[in-house]
Amino acid sequence: MIDLDFALTRGEFSLQLVLRSEARTLALFGDSGCGKTSTLHAIAGLLKPARGRIALDEHALFDSHLRIDVPVAQRKLGVVFQDVRLFPHLSVRDNLCYGAPRPRDPSHFHDVVQLLGLGALLKRKPDQLSGGQARRVAIGRALLSEPLALLLDEPLSNLHCEARAEVLEHLRGLKRELALTTILVSHQADEVLSIADAVALMEDGRLRSILPVAQFGREQRFAMRAPAEAR
Amino acid sequence: MAWLPYDETIALLLSLKVAAAATLCALPPAVGCAWLLARRRFIGMPLLETALLLPLILPPVVTGYVLLQVFGHRGAIGRALDALHLAIAFRWTGAALAAGVMAFPLLVVALRAAFESVDRKLEQAAATLGANAWRIFFGITLPLSLRGLVAGIALAFARAFGEFGATITFVSSIPGETRTLPIALYELLETPGGESGALRLTWVAVIVALAATLGAALLRQRAREAEP
Repeated sequence: MIDLDFALTRGEFSLQLVLRSEARTLALFGDSGCGKTSTLHAIAGLLKPARGRIALDEHALFDSHLRIDVPVAQRKLGVVFQDVRLFPHLSVRDNLCYGAPRPRDPSHFHDVVQLLGLGALLKRKPDQLSGGQARRVAIGRALLSEPLALLLDEPLSNLHCEARAEVLEHLRGLKRELALTTILVSHQADEVLSIADAVALMEDGRLRSILPVAQFGREQRFAMRAPAEAR
Repeated sequence: MAWLPYDETIALLLSLKVAAAATLCALPPAVGCAWLLARRRFIGMPLLETALLLPLILPPVVTGYVLLQVFGHRGAIGRALDALHLAIAFRWTGAALAAGVMAFPLLVVALRAAFESVDRKLEQAAATLGANAWRIFFGITLPLSLRGLVAGIALAFARAFGEFGATITFVSSIPGETRTLPIALYELLETPGGESGALRLTWVAVIVALAATLGAALLRQRAREAEP
């Protein structure tokens, strides 16, 4: 359950979002600058809303009324940033283990490494990884921090065609294997269609509508056909 | 060291000891202040910045005199230290305090630049993974700013090694106890026929200062090259 109702101002940009969704994987979809990443950062605690409430699966992370503002480090959210942000001085293995140096279930590490195909990369440093590999390590690092939910910011951006397919395949596998509430930020319809259950369409810092992914797919196909038919 | 007479060797070794102790003691508070200035915004920040830079701006004699007033046998803290048999006035520990105070601003400025060179986004990422401020500092910020940190330490050591004004004001010149290399050099210049000794110590001072600053410059260059 994703429950957002907050207002946030950054310079001249204002974000006002009221969004409730039962979807397991929700995509925030819209053009760049519409407030998708700001929303994700507000959920992660990296941006503080002026007022409102942010809750995931009944856990209140922020509530200005009840004066709740859970610190970033205690929110237990696996964030995968658009710019990856692997720690350059640590090996892939140490990056992966950073969030849970003493994991409750050691076999979880091997499961995630296998799920994301990271076995051969463990000894490498981040500067020895391709774009797709780095993205997979970032996803693994977030998963291994034992999060309550996963926040993915444009997980396929800046990847060439093959790397996109590679990461997408792993994200689909992740969805099959793990029942984890996931919020995905994207401005690419194919990415949304292959991972999300529901899509929140955003525009100028507001929510326009929430659609089930099937309906979103139909509208996208219609939108792509319409200009052609108009000719 | 055959080419360096006994009392000059003593002055050199004392200076090395004083500079090392000064740098070591200045390091923890300098790390704290530099981190505050690099990573936090708070009321009174310009005031702290100015206060930290004071020893760099004030005439060293003034700093030495203030130290004497506070830590001398009649000073507020000095009396307490006397009672605990920990007097530092006119002792090598006092020379280390004076050198530490004078090197402190340089150390803070260098460490602040080193911390600011670390991408804050990496620290944010560490926070989202559940790391607290200590773990982020020791696991991410410190290792990623290590070269700048070592360069800052080298510069502070060189500054402490060359300290003269505040030291001679605070702890005077006692052979083997507070007569550091710069003070010995000054006294040789004041002594008829001391020129050759002064020249020898000048060479020693130049070599130590060059070694420290060159080491710092090399580390900074390597840090720049290591940046992606």
